[in-house]
Amino acid sequence: MIGITAYGAYLPRMRLQKQVIADANAWFDPGLKGLAKGEKAICNWDEDTITMAVEAYIDCLGNAPGQAPAALLLASTTLPFTDRQNSVVVAEALNLNTSDLRTMDISSSQRAATSGLLSALDIAAAGKEAVLVASEHRRAKCASRDEMLFGDGAAAIAVGGENVIAELLASQSQAVDFIDHYRGEGQDFDYGWEERWVRDEGYMKIVPDAVNALLSKAGVSGGDIAHFILPTDQGRVPAMVAKNLGIKGEAVADNLLQSVGITGAAHVMLLLAHRLEQAAPGDLVLVVGFGQGCDVLLFKVTGAINSRQRSGKGVSGHLSNGRPEINYNKYQSFNSLLEKELGKRSEVNKQGYLSAMYRARGLTNSFLGGKCTACHTVQMPKHKYCVNPDCGAFDTQEDHPMAGAMGQVATWTADTLTFDYNPPAYFGMVTFEGGGRIMMDMSEVDAETFDTGSKVSVHFRLKQIDDQAGFRKYFWKAIQA
Amino acid sequence: MASGIKDKVVILGAGCSKFGERWDCEPADLMAEAFEECLADAGIEKNQIEAAWQSTGIDAYSVGPGAMPLSMGLRLPYIPVTKIENYCASGTEAFRAATYAVASGACDIALAMGFEKLKDTGYGGLPQRSRGVANDLYYPNLSAPGMFAQLAAGYRAKYGTSKEDLKRAMAHISVKSHANGVKNPKAHLQRGITMEQALNAPMIAEPIGLFDCCGVSDGAACAIVTTPEIAKSLGKDRLIAVKALQLCASNGQEGGYEGWDGSYVQTTRIAAKRAYAEAGITKPREQISMTEVHDCFSITEMVTMEDLFLSDDGGSVKDVLDGVFDADGKIPCQIDGGLKCFGHPIGATGLRMIYEMYLQLSGKAGARQLPNPTIGLTHNLGGFPHQNVSSVAIIGEYGI
Repeated sequence: MIGITAYGAYLPRMRLQKQVIADANAWFDPGLKGLAKGEKAICNWDEDTITMAVEAYIDCLGNAPGQAPAALLLASTTLPFTDRQNSVVVAEALNLNTSDLRTMDISSSQRAATSGLLSALDIAAAGKEAVLVASEHRRAKCASRDEMLFGDGAAAIAVGGENVIAELLASQSQAVDFIDHYRGEGQDFDYGWEERWVRDEGYMKIVPDAVNALLSKAGVSGGDIAHFILPTDQGRVPAMVAKNLGIKGEAVADNLLQSVGITGAAHVMLLLAHRLEQAAPGDLVLVVGFGQGCDVLLFKVTGAINSRQRSGKGVSGHLSNGRPEINYNKYQSFNSLLEKELGKRSEVNKQGYLSAMYRARGLTNSFLGGKCTACHTVQMPKHKYCVNPDCGAFDTQEDHPMAGAMGQVATWTADTLTFDYNPPAYFGMVTFEGGGRIMMDMSEVDAETFDTGSKVSVHFRLKQIDDQAGFRKYFWKAIQA
Repeated sequence: MASGIKDKVVILGAGCSKFGERWDCEPADLMAEAFEECLADAGIEKNQIEAAWQSTGIDAYSVGPGAMPLSMGLRLPYIPVTKIENYCASGTEAFRAATYAVASGACDIALAMGFEKLKDTGYGGLPQRSRGVANDLYYPNLSAPGMFAQLAAGYRAKYGTSKEDLKRAMAHISVKSHANGVKNPKAHLQRGITMEQALNAPMIAEPIGLFDCCGVSDGAACAIVTTPEIAKSLGKDRLIAVKALQLCASNGQEGGYEGWDGSYVQTTRIAAKRAYAEAGITKPREQISMTEVHDCFSITEMVTMEDLFLSDDGGSVKDVLDGVFDADGKIPCQIDGGLKCFGHPIGATGLRMIYEMYLQLSGKAGARQLPNPTIGLTHNLGGFPHQNVSSVAIIGEYGI
């Protein structure tokens, strides 16, 4: 038996109230108010596809350095790097055993994640474990329908042959050059076609074709499906397609349009993770990925789903962990949708000194400290000499993963002078349980409750963005637990 | 056991430019302004100087690297000139080098010149700058007030001091220094402020408000040092001697090991102990007449009073509010106005402090002259509270 062994998700905490977008643009397009219900998850300035992917993996499999899946696949149409394998950055941030790891970025379609999952399942069929992470951070033009509909988020699905919680029964893929929208090379934004045409010629024809082929292959009828997952930004389409296929209304997965927004290539996995949270043994789960054709996967939930201990928040946990945001300008700023005066203090040298970055990547990518083999003192960064004044041993330090350690704020400030995309900049000394301390940036601070003594965990976040060079640097930040 | 520097070297002369936004001045102009005063005060010719040290903290923003800015700027007579940079302690470092050169017998008369041109950046505050290619990858996104604000968080946590009490002590420090600066024609800021202004100023880095920050200025200060014997032979009768010069640099323990709680500066404590030992001071609170400490921010000055053992641990809030460090208090601090009113042209600051000690001890401080000071202490702190260089200099009447 092969199939899904674990699932997880990540949603940024900021939830932009859609009404503020509609209100700001009502003078231009009053019709947007029809889409203004609810909220959407949006990245903080220091979050992107890579950082969300890291979080989704951890939500799925926990923070366990040295985990050794055979493959890590990253699906997205908004990969920060066109040529620097993004999944490798994710793998190092997760501190996976990279010495025997296949990594791959899968892109160019809203169907990227289901195609990636099929590849991961092929690896599982060969007797190995693989993890697919899908993550998306799309930009949309001001006052566009996309702006009302798009959200940011990520999900991770682990597959293998042991402890399977949802067994793969069958799959079906079709390739059709149906262009509901596209984003050409060098373009920042999607260009789409009329929704009615997309619905009638796309969703209502291509999806049923592929699904029917799969159902007949599997010997299953539409009425047997307990969970029907069809990600689309057209609110009524999943129910229409379900009806066409004979799938019960209650099986249709909520598209999270009013709570998350459509998270692009990640959305199908986000919905799958959400439904798996509610699934019972024996349930049939039908997953559709739509984009230049269609991937369809049919899973059967096993009894193992009840015994699985979940450590992460999951989709539900993240849904209830949001913070309402009503500042449209902040959203536009974070997404470079307007030209903002950032001030002269932002004009620092942002050069990516690649050789220095390579040497430092144990710390910067993987948040590794050093642990002295002579006195067991943990220290950050790792150093030639032990920091313990009673030890001081030379060359005794081993890599010590710190990314999972809980810490406590020893000193801090909220700095309004230094440049920050989201001022004030919080930073301070964090002391970790089990040893080690470091002066570091903080993010997602709740100014009302934050103080010396606050408990924090550390998270992989953007440190600096060089728009001119198209480069970005990452490091770890402390976030209130 | 080394005998130390006490009474081996004296200050022959000192000079200081007007500090401020010297828009019309090149660094060489500032240097010359301080140097002409210093040379006249010393009563020697330029060609009697045998070696010189230049301190600049952020050379990329002012004059570029190396020592030629000083040698060219003053047209020094082809003597050894060395540039020194050690964060905010740079000025004291140049003074230390010149003093050690004289004490060693390598030369008879040496010059220490510190200067900085900070106001060519186009914005307020200190210039943004790299902390090193690798450090920049993980050091926090910080400003100087942001780093020193860490002391406030650490101090509050350790002593349970309320935000309000701490802020009042910080405000008192700034009000006191502004009042001192009013009497100093060379200070950048020469205007008094009220407690209300200090308490209600815009927040820069919690809990440091605008008036908790020192100014940002251009300036230069210098000193010429020699041996007591040569000074006497040049007709000087009231000799002002170096009693101690100590420096301490972090090795990473505060920031990387257990123990340090953010409420004090470890290096200052170590440098102070060594300096007191070198100067033969056993009861600093009784023996020190006055101090010029590194009040880059009011919280730094407050914590420094404990680090110099002038206040008990946890006692500086009360001492400050009781006026112990006011101009008419037991141990006046920043009688010239401090960094608060002079601003902090990095390379000049340590020498500006020594200049004030020299004036006070010589009885030449004019309207702000303290009654009969005998021992003065200067202190610099460069870097961050958890990782820094700290210097302590003690200057006093020769032979006491």
